[in-house]
Order: sequence, then C-alpha cells, then structure tokens
Amino acid sequence: MSDFWIILTASIVAINAGLLGCFLLLRKMAMVGDAISHAVLPGIVVAYYFSGDKTSGLLLLGATLTGVLAAFLIDFLSRKAKIQGDASIGITYTLLFAVGMIMISSWMQGNVDIDMECVLYGDIATIHMDKIIVDDNLYLGPRAFYVEIIAFAIIGLSLFFGFKGFKLLAFNIDYARSLGINTGKWHYALMTLVSLTTVVAFEVVGAVLVVGFLIIPPATAQLVSTKLREMLLFTCLFGISAVISGYYLAVWLNVSITGSMVMVSGIIFFAVLIFQRIRNSSKQKIEFTEELTQYDQANK
Amino acid sequence: MNENCAIEVHNLTTTYGGAPVLWDVDFDLPAGKIIGVIGPNGSGKTTLLKTIMGLLEPSSGYVKIFNQDLSKMREKIAYVPQRESVDWDFPASVFDVVMMGRYRKGNLFKRTNNTDIEIVEECIEKVGLTEFRNRQIAQLSGGQQQRVFIARALAQKADIYLMDEPFVGVDAATENSILSLLEEMRNTGKTVLIIHHDLQTVSDYFDYLVLLNTRLIAKGTPQDVLTEENLSNAYGGQLTLLAKVANLIKENQFPIREKDVDL
Repeated sequence: MSDFWIILTASIVAINAGLLGCFLLLRKMAMVGDAISHAVLPGIVVAYYFSGDKTSGLLLLGATLTGVLAAFLIDFLSRKAKIQGDASIGITYTLLFAVGMIMISSWMQGNVDIDMECVLYGDIATIHMDKIIVDDNLYLGPRAFYVEIIAFAIIGLSLFFGFKGFKLLAFNIDYARSLGINTGKWHYALMTLVSLTTVVAFEVVGAVLVVGFLIIPPATAQLVSTKLREMLLFTCLFGISAVISGYYLAVWLNVSITGSMVMVSGIIFFAVLIFQRIRNSSKQKIEFTEELTQYDQANK
Repeated sequence: MNENCAIEVHNLTTTYGGAPVLWDVDFDLPAGKIIGVIGPNGSGKTTLLKTIMGLLEPSSGYVKIFNQDLSKMREKIAYVPQRESVDWDFPASVFDVVMMGRYRKGNLFKRTNNTDIEIVEECIEKVGLTEFRNRQIAQLSGGQQQRVFIARALAQKADIYLMDEPFVGVDAATENSILSLLEEMRNTGKTVLIIHHDLQTVSDYFDYLVLLNTRLIAKGTPQDVLTEENLSNAYGGQLTLLAKVANLIKENQFPIREKDVDL
C-alpha cells in the first residue's frame, strides 16, 4: 500500500514542479528555480520553530515568502546593483541556505523531524508515517499527498487562468510590457508558485533533487514539442514515467528512491536527445536526396 | 500643438548606467507617413524606440502620442522588437505568435473569441504565411520570422507601428513585400516608424527621416536630411569607408543580404 502512495505523491510532485519548470525553462530562469528551492530553508526552519509542526499552514506560507524574497533579492542585485545574473543567484541562495543551516544546527539540535539530511534528500520512503486517519480507522493516505494535491490545485488553476499571461511573458517580455501589462506582477506570481512548489516538495524529495523535477522533464519535453500545451503535457508524462520506473529501480537495487527517480529522469532526457538527433539527421538526409532528385529531374 | 502630430518627443534624455544614450532629443513626427530612424551603431536608435514605448524610463523629457500620455494610448501603438530579441525555439506556431497581437491588458484572463481568430487569420494572410500557419516558429527562415512579427503587430490594429530593424536578415523579395505592405498601411492613414541601417535604400523607402547620434542631428524629408554635412555629423569618419564599401558592392553586384529561402 505504501508503494502506491509513494508513487502517487511523487507523481504529483513531478507534475507540480514540471508545469512550473516549463515556464522557468522558457524564460531562461532554470537556475532561479534552483536558487528558490534552497533559499526557502530559513523560512521553513523559522516557521517550524514557531509552529512546531512540519505541515502547518503557517510553515508553508512563511517558507513560500522566503522563496519570493530570494527572487526579489536576485532581481534587485542583477537589475539595481548591476551584479551579473548568475552571480546574484549564487550570492542570494547560498546566503539564505547558510542562514537556514545555522538555524537548524543551533535551534533544532536533536530534533527528530527536521535535520540537514531531511532537508537535502527528503523522506519519501517514510511519508506514510505521517498519515491522515478519520474515525480512528479509515486510512486516507499520507499527509504529504494532500499537501501536494492542494498545491496542485493552486498551480493548476493559476496556470489555467493565467495561461496567456505566463505564455506571453515567457516568449517576449518586452512586447508584454509594450502592451502595458504589469510584467512585474506576473513575474512574482510565477516566483510565488515556484516557491510554493519547492516548499511542499522539500519534505518529500528534498531541496536538491526537487530541481531535477523542476528542470529535467521540461527540458526533455521541449525537445519533442512544437506547442506550449504539448510541452506541458509531455512534461507530466516524462515526469510520471521517471517517478514510476525510478521507484521500482530503487526498490530492486535497494537504493535512494528520490535519487533513482531523478537519475531515470536524466536517462530519459539523454535517450530522447539521442533519438531526436538520429531522427533529425536521417530526415535531413531524406530531404536532401529528394532535393537532389528534383534537381536532377529539372535538369534533364 | 500640431493636429497632425503622431509622436511628440520632448527634450528626451535617456541614460544607461550613467552614460547618456539619448541626449536632449526633441522632435514631432507627422501622422500618416513612413518614417525612418537612421544613425550609426550605438547611436541610441533602439533606446529611442524603447523609450517611446515606455520600456525604458527617460531621465528627463517626455513622449506624447497624439497629444496624450502613452498609458492612455497603449492600444493605438504596436511594437515590433528586433527579431534576435526572442528565442525562436519557443514551442509555438505562427498562429500562436500572431494571436499574441490580440492580447490586451484587459483580456489576459479571457479566452480568445472568433473575431480575434478572424483578425489573426487575415493578418497571417497579409504577410503571406497562410500555408505556414501551423508550423513551429523555429522551422521558419529569418525572413518568415520577421513577417510573423509584422503580422503580430498588424493584429494589434494600432495606428502607430514602431519597428526595430525589420529588414535585418531578410531577402530582397521579402523586403519588397514588407515595404509594399507598409505603403498600404500608410495609405490607410497609419504611421510607421522604422529603425533602418541601410543608407542606400533610405531615400526610396521613407517619407520622413530622423537622423540620430545620441543627439538629434537632423529631421525632415530625405532630401533635407541626407546632406553631406548631416551625414558626416552623424557618422563622422565611418561614412567614407561605408560609402566606399557600398559602391564596391554595387559595382561588383555582390549580394548584400543574407540568403533567404522559403522552406
């Protein structure tokens, strides 16, 4: 039974992260996702310290705001202080992550629920320990699953209703501004969603590997998609396939589940890349031969 | 104030990182004309366009569109950025990109309606891309991509069109068809402002010229602007070299433009 819940929960993590990752990737902001996923750490620790509960609403809100703060700092450093983009990302997230680390080592010493291990790698194998049970015996599944479902509803609705805006912003931000659209609002809406995703996913897959879910499936999908909707759909498919096959690989080899999922995701990426290259070069060969025959016929 | 003034630029100064890119530029542009903005590289042509569009904040001075603030006139003015400014590997079709011309501040959360679709189809046809409407934009030639951008601007149904180098990387046939499209637009009373770099074609293409090199060097009809004095003020020593190269190309009939084949 726990197999089922682990796969289901991880699949929703993959969908949430993948959908937003598509927009990050198209905006050339993949590393901002990385930064946010690390920068939420102090937010998580502070909120946990005050609420004493790993899944409280306060924790989610506080940590999400820290992610948005990171996005704001990156923006400020690169635009106002004229620090180069990748440097401002590096400065911001290592600083915030270090603050979080210090908080954990001083406040949380000996705490069983939150430690660096959990922060970095997540606890997917044990999510069923924190479960929701009604009427003392009706098991409804792990709490993490419901947190992910709520996040999915928020992300899904935002992307559905804001599809045109997010798409326009990703393709041509200057043009969006020329239409008088407040691109700052859209930018921070996306950053808030990314932040929320990494916060709810951190407990399941950890701060490091959530980036794999955020970037690898969208990058794979972009190789095979000609439309944005297609890319979102393929992202979900690649993400879920990686989750399922990664899980069984991990069980079979008795290794880290999350690590195995992200590794499979990376393998799928390279497989698609190679397949794409071979297909394109053979297509070019065919087109070239066709052109040659046409040319020959024309000259006869 | 002139009734017939489409764009008024008043004592405009725009700086980038402390250094002025535009310095005290001041002019009125007539409506219903094809207007060229020329000047050497780094003379602030793109900055001028971006400042008019409100993408850059001027350090001093202001811009008025038909005597109104830009914020009230957004829907009357369409912007065609440089083709290189976007990633053409974006997963979108020709139709998708031209549809963005129908996006408005007020309709982002609404679904597109039939009128929008009709307008988009019509604009795609105007630029001659109907057979490519479902093709992914990555699989278009440079000239076709440029035409996608122009179709998107047409779909905005604006009165003023600001275009940043629409003829770069475009073959001669496409350049001619774009030009006749622009003339058609002018004849229906639209104003078109174009950044252009090819001095040889300037007097054939434009009714009115703005010659820029950080400061405004000259403005007016091509005959008034294209004097040796104005050009050497704007281009300095570069011009003699440019002219020599241009003559050489003309004499030897070298192709000047990037080769562009309809796929």
